[in-house]
Amino acid sequence: MLYREAGDFKTSYQADNQTFPIRFDRVGLRVVLVLALGVVPFFINDYWANAVALPFLIYAIAAIGLNILVGFCGQVSLGTGGFMAVGAYATYKLMTAFPEVSIIIHVLLAGGITAGVGVLFGLPSLRIKGFYLAVATLAAQFFLVWLFNRVPWFYNYSASGQISAPEREVLGYAVTGPNAEAWVTYLFCLLFLIFAAVVARNLTRGTMGRSWMGIRDMDIAAEIIGVNPLSAKLSAFAVSSFFIGIAGSLFFAVYLGAVEVGEAFGINKSFLVLFMIIIGGLGRIGGSLMGAAFLVLLPVLLKNVLVGSLGWPTDLAAHLEFMIVGALIVTFLVAEPHGLAQLWRVAKEKLRLWPFPH
Amino acid sequence: MAKTKMSVAGAALLAAGVIAGPAAAELVFPDLSYRTGPYAANGIPFSDGYQDYLTLLNERDGGIGGEMIEVIECETGYNTEKGVECYEATKGEGALIYQPLSTGITYQLIPKATADGIPMHTMGYGRTSAKNGEVFRWVFNYPANYWDGASHAINHILDVNDGDISGKTIALVYHNSAYGKEPIRTLEELAEKHGYELLLLPVDHPGQEQKSQWLQIRRAKPDNVIMWGWGVMNQVAIQEAVNIRYPMENFIGIWWSGSENDVLPAGDGADGYKALTFHNLGMDYPVYDDLKEYVVDVGMAAGAGDQLGTALYNRGMYAAMLAAEAARTAQEIHGTAQITPAMMRDGMEALEMTEEKMAGLGLPNFGPTFNVSCSNHGGDGLGAVAQWDAEAGSWSLITDYGASDGSVLDPLITADSMAYAEENGITPGCE
Repeated sequence: MLYREAGDFKTSYQADNQTFPIRFDRVGLRVVLVLALGVVPFFINDYWANAVALPFLIYAIAAIGLNILVGFCGQVSLGTGGFMAVGAYATYKLMTAFPEVSIIIHVLLAGGITAGVGVLFGLPSLRIKGFYLAVATLAAQFFLVWLFNRVPWFYNYSASGQISAPEREVLGYAVTGPNAEAWVTYLFCLLFLIFAAVVARNLTRGTMGRSWMGIRDMDIAAEIIGVNPLSAKLSAFAVSSFFIGIAGSLFFAVYLGAVEVGEAFGINKSFLVLFMIIIGGLGRIGGSLMGAAFLVLLPVLLKNVLVGSLGWPTDLAAHLEFMIVGALIVTFLVAEPHGLAQLWRVAKEKLRLWPFPH
Repeated sequence: MAKTKMSVAGAALLAAGVIAGPAAAELVFPDLSYRTGPYAANGIPFSDGYQDYLTLLNERDGGIGGEMIEVIECETGYNTEKGVECYEATKGEGALIYQPLSTGITYQLIPKATADGIPMHTMGYGRTSAKNGEVFRWVFNYPANYWDGASHAINHILDVNDGDISGKTIALVYHNSAYGKEPIRTLEELAEKHGYELLLLPVDHPGQEQKSQWLQIRRAKPDNVIMWGWGVMNQVAIQEAVNIRYPMENFIGIWWSGSENDVLPAGDGADGYKALTFHNLGMDYPVYDDLKEYVVDVGMAAGAGDQLGTALYNRGMYAAMLAAEAARTAQEIHGTAQITPAMMRDGMEALEMTEEKMAGLGLPNFGPTFNVSCSNHGGDGLGAVAQWDAEAGSWSLITDYGASDGSVLDPLITADSMAYAEENGITPGCE
């Protein structure tokens, strides 16, 4: 019904290898993009933007970044929070030092700086693997948070140690600061997410992505067939940190407007993004988006249902929320260890054969 | 593709579950509380006091000036992201005033609330320089702020030491966040003036791990310890101080480190611990009779209803009382019962707390008298020192309300607020 493939023939190599080989998916993607870019901005209000859309878009970028490192290259990282902090503080320093430069450039530069820091902390990955590497990246997490708390230069010597984003405009519309309209911030983050998804998808389909996956599946075999582990691992760290840096930058400048490093970029953030990609599906770009949606939208949804609609006490709802989200995570992972992306793939396979499964 | 389906489905579900958004015909007071997480021990009594007082006004007086009060509670967990969500969720309901009880969330909301035109009251927390109402038009922090608190603590140490503390060492154990860092600047200035040495000991969120800080205190033997703690950090610090046998009478907490929940776990060891306060303690007030009659006995108390009379319950009640009085003032100014956030702001700026007013509310001598004006959003900054009596299980004031050191604080407030004004392109002034 939905997936009618009769007559959908591929006549060229290119057509056979496209990202969305099924026509229904291609059309669906276009429809969704038109809706997201052309319709949602007219209806979005402050609540939907700040409570739902922005966190989803920003965490999705971070999840794509981490998925490149963990899902595609197999290097476990617990430093996401720290790298997001690098993106945020880089943006802050750039915004205050060069106010005349466009915020878009600042965000990209912040990603670049984070990529550099990521490569630096990726160096140990050349010698250590698995859990040991996870511990090394954990050190990055704690070191970076400590650094931004300790060195006043990073927060321009403000008394509170907080950084806050001054107002910046793109094409005359405020993107950061309190006067930014909901639709502007939404579109700004959405464009970065589309950029991240397209770049990540194309990288993972090319030589670079194949060498990452080679390293992930068996590093010695990959080395024997000519993959350079140094460049493969460090490029994975760089690309991953680039996206995570962009996410941290948007998280600070567009979403929250003011952050405190210990609270906003603590170890919890690292775990949250890691859970997103595990639940969404390791090594799947779509999985990053699904995982981010699951962990961002579900708590808000539960809160609105339990407190808003049912009128239960807020503390009871907050505790139930932990239990329900936790139970769902366990259930999902038991039912489908490869995450939501795999669930979706299975569902799609069934739909394509429906109604004649054999 | 896949994600988009998911998010659309999620959005549809959300839309079904989302608040209907009733047109508010009431006075809406959002309560951004936290009843979960490491700060819940302190968040619960404050929120209970806040809600119970407003429930009392509804039940006994039929609201304020004939308008019923609607309290919308929203759980923040002391987390800024959830705080933003709560702010966005409640501001569309006609919220008159925000009291987030979190310095981090306050920093977050100051620009947003200013842009949206909703006043904030950060009583004894938040951004200290908001005292300068010419810059922070929508933010109020009466009756006292952190820098007042730092000055009160030093003043008390001066009193105990007959006015001379040069050469002494004072340690500051603080929550490593915007909240805990607030007093550092003031304490450094005061150190220059009085000649003491300041030892800074940050404690990271959530504050359960303080062994190394207290080991340092044990080694450095500071003459006094001042604490800027919150939540579980308070209990741990007091227990650690007991463990290293630090003399409790030399240990002074800010008003947020002075609730029953903080000292009780340490048992008898906590006897003599001191904490600052800017309002009175205990439940020896006529308002408690009314609270019992109209709220507790009819089962309308917020939470478990077991926090009555605790220090933070009183503070929550005080916050609600000041908000209600500001709303009443606004109703008088504008001659309408149905006030808007902008009118609420006018009411807060014209607020006068007199002894007669407090006595009339059933809270005689509960807090200092003060007036708010456009140039002074922070009141007079009076504060007192309370001491814990472990045997009696109660706090008692051991000093009168004293003034803070304005000669040091005022220039700091001017400098900080002017820096903010310059950063954000605000022209200071009262219109």
